[in-house]
Amino acid sequence: MNNINNIYLDYQATTPVDKRVIDKMLPYFGEIYGNPHSRNHSFGWEAEQAVEVARENVANIIGANPKEIIFTSGATESNNLAIKGLADFYGDKKNHIITCVTEHKCVLESCRLLSERGFEVTYLQVNKDGLIDLKDLESKINDKTLLVSIMGVHNEIGVIQPLKEIGDICRKNSVFFHTDCAQAIGKIKINVDEMNIDLLSISGHKIYAPKGVGALYVRRKPRVRISAMMSGGGQERGMRSGTLSPALCVGLGEACRICADEIDEESKRITKLKNILLEGIHGECDDIFINGSETDRVPGNINLSFAYVEGESLMMGIKNLAVSSGSACTSASLEPSYVLKALGVSEELAHTSLRIGIGRYTSEKDVRDAVKVIVNEVKRLRSLSPLWEMAQEGVDISKIKWASH
Amino acid sequence: MAYSKELLDHYENPKNVGSLDKASEDVGTGLVGAPACGDVMKLQIKVNDAGIIEDAKFKTFGCGSAIASSSLVTEWVKGKKIDEANSIKNTEIATHLALPPVKIHCSVLAEDAIKAAIEDYKKKNKK
Repeated sequence: MNNINNIYLDYQATTPVDKRVIDKMLPYFGEIYGNPHSRNHSFGWEAEQAVEVARENVANIIGANPKEIIFTSGATESNNLAIKGLADFYGDKKNHIITCVTEHKCVLESCRLLSERGFEVTYLQVNKDGLIDLKDLESKINDKTLLVSIMGVHNEIGVIQPLKEIGDICRKNSVFFHTDCAQAIGKIKINVDEMNIDLLSISGHKIYAPKGVGALYVRRKPRVRISAMMSGGGQERGMRSGTLSPALCVGLGEACRICADEIDEESKRITKLKNILLEGIHGECDDIFINGSETDRVPGNINLSFAYVEGESLMMGIKNLAVSSGSACTSASLEPSYVLKALGVSEELAHTSLRIGIGRYTSEKDVRDAVKVIVNEVKRLRSLSPLWEMAQEGVDISKIKWASH
Repeated sequence: MAYSKELLDHYENPKNVGSLDKASEDVGTGLVGAPACGDVMKLQIKVNDAGIIEDAKFKTFGCGSAIASSSLVTEWVKGKKIDEANSIKNTEIATHLALPPVKIHCSVLAEDAIKAAIEDYKKKNKK
């Protein structure tokens, strides 16, 4: 099985830049070099025009007005700016934030920092599907609640939160709604007005644009105010100073344009590949479980637990496949993923999980090869696994008194 | 993380995978670790009348380093007297496989497994 080439199946970590995006960007590294903020000559105007077209493309994919789009360095910056910027601006009036235990670290860390500065933070739990409970959300809102921050599509398990319903609750209660949509753009359709979203974060490199660029949507009507994080020339309506990179902005814009154009077709294609993958694996191996909702999820994220096979050894065995391990054993910490724990996935199963990401350049052959490699390795490692042996003998592993170490 | 050639070889072609009859008088079984921690090792030894380990088998649920550590230790104990086997140190395993620091616990577990198997054998064969 070692005769296959390396296959990239980690589209949640990052995506390659679309060739069409690169082509659009290239002139802005060379002949068009003006500062888009230079107002008094044609070099500046040319660069500015490119940035504004890009802004329009970014706005279009979420049904926003271009004036509501701020370019940033990526979703981490957008999330920081949205949460801390809002807290800074309104903090003396309202000081309660609601988020969720499975949010991305940059949201959780921003909230943690604010809690050190006197903010109250409520962390909503998720059900076994990885989704929040809307009644729970509503019950946690009080007259001090400033912000609800819930991501659109989950990076690790791919589940889709009910954005419209969350937005309705927030609007009804006059609470700002921020959503990290780094993994949602181009995968689900989003409209900031229909969903009552006030702030929305976008990442370039998750949607086939380069790393180092992202955007934040900030609603104008009714107006949402945020304090800037950086002092400077007051670019981006005063919310994000610093000279924009026209090349990066153009790249993000073009990537958004392509995603908006091709979302239906792409979803269909990726769904088909996902089905081939799941049918292939389930057809050959038992006791493989999908983590997170089976219905409310994007097709390109397949997070699976392979019972009785430890995730890191599986990754080592399928080294030609670039996937991600849900058990964070690859990092220095040996703790399984906090996300899977929050879903109530047992620690045993959390240690056996892999995230397989399918995207724009995944071919059917890639998926079929991946199935073969995975099935082969799962069978081999199960033949080595004392837990598999016990399960086959009918021993209930959960009844054994294990000595933890 | 770059693993050593020895480690990869034991992971890809593990030695002595399997099970011995745990009910048999001349077999000692050690089962250490916990699924929730991501490592479980089952190590078995078969001891002859002269007190020499004739055969050893293992099964491991765990990372590549855990699999390699248990495979290596089964190779080492074969042909040894049980007291000699009992003195194998985790540091020897870790050095032989060039385990990275975060994987040292795998060698500790392998040492625990062999000790547990010997203890089980001794308990069965108290004279």
